[in-house]
Amino acid sequence: MKNIWSICKKEIKTYFTSPIAYVAITVFLVLVGFFFYSLILWFNSQSLQMARNPYYYQQLNINQMVYSPLFHNISIILLLMIPLLTMRLFSEEKKLQTDELLYTSPLSINQIILGKYFASLLVLLVMLALSGILSIFTFALGNPEIAPILSGYLGLFLMGAAFMAVGIFFSSLTENQIVSAILTFGALLLFWILNWASYSAGGFWKDVLNYLSFFQHFDDLTRGILDTTDIVYYLSFSFFGLFLTHSVIQSRRWR
Amino acid sequence: MIEVESLTKKYGDLVAIRELNFKVEKGKIWGLLGPNAAGKTTTMRILTGYLPATDGKASIGGYDVFEQPDKAKKITGYLPENVPLYPEMTVHSYLNFVSEIKHIPSSKRKEAVERSIETSGLESVRKRLIKNISRGFKQRVGIAQAMIHEPQVLVLDEPTIGLDPAQIIEIRELIKSLRGTGTILLSTHILAEVTQTCDGVIIINEGRIMASGSLEELTASFKEKEGVIIRLRRGEKEISSLLKNISGVDKVSRKEDEFTIEWTKEKDLRDEITKLIVDKELGLMEMRPLAMSIEDLYLKVISGGVEQ
Repeated sequence: MKNIWSICKKEIKTYFTSPIAYVAITVFLVLVGFFFYSLILWFNSQSLQMARNPYYYQQLNINQMVYSPLFHNISIILLLMIPLLTMRLFSEEKKLQTDELLYTSPLSINQIILGKYFASLLVLLVMLALSGILSIFTFALGNPEIAPILSGYLGLFLMGAAFMAVGIFFSSLTENQIVSAILTFGALLLFWILNWASYSAGGFWKDVLNYLSFFQHFDDLTRGILDTTDIVYYLSFSFFGLFLTHSVIQSRRWR
Repeated sequence: MIEVESLTKKYGDLVAIRELNFKVEKGKIWGLLGPNAAGKTTTMRILTGYLPATDGKASIGGYDVFEQPDKAKKITGYLPENVPLYPEMTVHSYLNFVSEIKHIPSSKRKEAVERSIETSGLESVRKRLIKNISRGFKQRVGIAQAMIHEPQVLVLDEPTIGLDPAQIIEIRELIKSLRGTGTILLSTHILAEVTQTCDGVIIINEGRIMASGSLEELTASFKEKEGVIIRLRRGEKEISSLLKNISGVDKVSRKEDEFTIEWTKEKDLRDEITKLIVDKELGLMEMRPLAMSIEDLYLKVISGGVEQ
């Protein structure tokens, strides 16, 4: 545990003593703020229109009309940003040949991987937590339900964590950070849109493709449906990414 | 402390090292000498647990580096050929990080970092970012990180590379000061380094050990003849013929103002030669044994392929 923490601390320091984390968090917040603002504007104009009809007015739901699309927008930002946050984790060690220090110290490969993974999760956590500040306005001026918001954030975190694991995996494959980022982005996008293929596939494959797609599982969570399948999906995705990373590093050293 | 038994490493079809056998005893400093691509770095990487061997055994302090890597790594300090530094860290925070991953308990960490800064002479750069310090300081940070946990065994891959002469002497002194307490294996292709710091040497070429042993043993075994080199104040003309009259002298040769006198092993003619010079009042300025220099030894071993 101590070893994981040592590596994690070092990675957190690298994120926060270089501009990486600040730039990423700032850009993320600007984009989230913009999406939030436009969704609120749209919600306002909708509510003004619907105010004339008492029946429709009852249906007006800030969770569905603002938060659900907001979460989808955030997930796209994460899809674009996370490859850039994970690309250096192993690639840079290899390029600087500092991996020689790590692998000749009394640390296990798992400890190194987890240390790096937890550090990247912390950045994700900071990003999401800061974006949560926006909800002060909705709670002050309206009455959204808190449960779907929390489940949406949980979904974002779990999905982001899965993205990070994929990113770490590709980072362990190459010493070139750009290559690592492009591969991660490609893989994430592919898994995102995998359910498109399910429209034409039938039967068994339709279910498989739907299950594998990031999108399908995330949709439930943004609507406040807390299904264990979805949570298990993201957790196993993260686990699988980290497991592959371990195999890559292990095999690199045996070659 | 360091034991290697028929160690072999292959990268695909390429054999980097082949059936290496050697032993370094506790408290000794041994040099691993060889041309580039001889397998020095590979050997060290296996010993430190960075690479697994294809075949054979290696142990440090009695711990097998494959079976008990954590225990072996804990008592080993390693300076790789390319010093593993994080350019964005300060010298102090880097050493602090290393002290953590080398399992120095947190109560002793501060002391260990301070000590390594002091012994490696890094006081003036402790707060600087590593990317902004000179090559010499980077090398010293590398040595500091290798020694921070006071390891019993130090593996140093080209420890003096990139340093200026004054720093080289400092580092050599530092290494020598560890003799007796620490066991050191250092690789180099600078021959003088071996003669000045090492107790023994392993000469490897193309992945094979060409010769190994203490310096005296090696030079003695490769030397066919005994001899002395002398310099005189006077009598340069007649000396050659005078020396040849001493029974047992095989050859007298002159190179500028130095005379080399050789005789077959076994005997020692130094007394006779001195007596002759003193009797004739030729003014003996210098007399030194005709030692086989490490350069001669190295070239002979590498080119001649003398196997032991």
